[in-house]
Amino acid sequence: MNDQVTISPTTLSLHLTINGRDHALEIEPRVTLLDALRDRLHLTGTKKGCDQGQCGACTVHVDGERVLACLTLAAQVEGRTITTIEGLADEGGTLNAVQAAFLEQDAFQCGYCTPGQIMSAVACIREGHAGSDEEIREYMAGNLCRCGAYPNIVAAVRQAAQELRS
Amino acid sequence: MRDFSYLRADSVEAARNAAALPGAMLLAGGTTLIDLAKCGVAEPSTVIDISHIEGLAAIDVTADRAAIGALAKMSHVADNAEIKSYFPAVSEALWQAASAQLRNMATIGGNLMQRTRCPYFRDPQNFPACNKRAPGSGCSAIGGVTRGHAVLGVSEACIATYPGDLAVALIAFDAEVDLGERKLKVEDFFLAPGATAEQEHDIRPGEVITAIEIPGSAAARRSTYIKVRDRQSYEFAAASAAVGLELEGDGRTVRDIRVALGGVATKPWRARAVEDALKGKALDEETVRKASELAMAGAVDHGANHYKIALAPRVIARAILKLGETA
Repeated sequence: MNDQVTISPTTLSLHLTINGRDHALEIEPRVTLLDALRDRLHLTGTKKGCDQGQCGACTVHVDGERVLACLTLAAQVEGRTITTIEGLADEGGTLNAVQAAFLEQDAFQCGYCTPGQIMSAVACIREGHAGSDEEIREYMAGNLCRCGAYPNIVAAVRQAAQELRS
Repeated sequence: MRDFSYLRADSVEAARNAAALPGAMLLAGGTTLIDLAKCGVAEPSTVIDISHIEGLAAIDVTADRAAIGALAKMSHVADNAEIKSYFPAVSEALWQAASAQLRNMATIGGNLMQRTRCPYFRDPQNFPACNKRAPGSGCSAIGGVTRGHAVLGVSEACIATYPGDLAVALIAFDAEVDLGERKLKVEDFFLAPGATAEQEHDIRPGEVITAIEIPGSAAARRSTYIKVRDRQSYEFAAASAAVGLELEGDGRTVRDIRVALGGVATKPWRARAVEDALKGKALDEETVRKASELAMAGAVDHGANHYKIALAPRVIARAILKLGETA
């Protein structure tokens, strides 16, 4: 590296808006949104699977759109609106229609990929990409399930999409 | 991942100035940069976050021209109604790439800067030799497991496949990339490895991609992107083809045709020999299949990737015949 222009890594002071609440953080620039959620804010519903953008377990919503928290720097989403699995149910504890459908359709086995599946499914339905089983499979392809619960996941997304349309 | 300094640029000018700093790298969607930083391949000393710059995400499309801001998200361009009407191959290339989450993150400018998925390139700890990462260190892929490696545009220095889809559709329709001070054909923006595998793009320190422009054409309006891969979704191409077709009034003679290939070459690959062989010809299956073979002139395999030489012409032919049928 050129030693004439060097900017040393510093700690950043950030404000993040997560599930409607403001959080102040002091973190290194390299901290991902996933690690900030889990290790700093103790919002451990968002899971770390591959940590490389390949499995979808860390799916959260930024400004209403599903993204991968493991490839997003926490610093990058300052000023954005972040929703995690903890923010889906209403304050009284009533589950989101997608959460309820996952329970009803038994759409998981070990459950590790489930928060990411549900966050992805909520967005998939909102995007209008849940019109058929084929479309659900294509647009849920970014969420892997090593237990192979896919048929029930598709059934849950189909059910929630129908409920939310009616 | 090594730590770095973080700077947020609020204008293109600020991004250009910061991008000229030694060790600086631009961050847009992060799907390549953060991934490669975690692999130990990218080691920026400063990350310049350009994702908050206003006004760089517009998508303006008419029949004559598409202008797509560098920060437009892949998903937004894929779902854009005018892109679907006037440039269907571009939409199809985008929605068949990556996953819904990655497409919501990745930007159009960043997509052009996507690096190869060569597993040797991505694993510096186990494979120190890689001419892309460390010029002159050698190529671990040659003599290694080559099933996913390129057969076109390869050199003795590098056989890494260009993994993207969008750029394949872009070069088929003569798209240009806007770097501010200069504009160049997307086809020329990508560099084959030759003896300088580390140089993948014609971009200089301090340059920032601001937009991509695609000229409209009859061939772009009647176009498709076919992608063949090991699994049906969320996978890189084993071979892919972007094809555009314009027929004469008789509904079968080719007036204009565009053919570009993905998944088989070191850069997005325009197959002009196929285009030239079909212009002025009446479309029939035998003619199309014979012409499609011409795309593989000069192909060099390294064993396990030999199948691509047979696969790619079939993908081209399938795309052309599909467009011919929809007359």
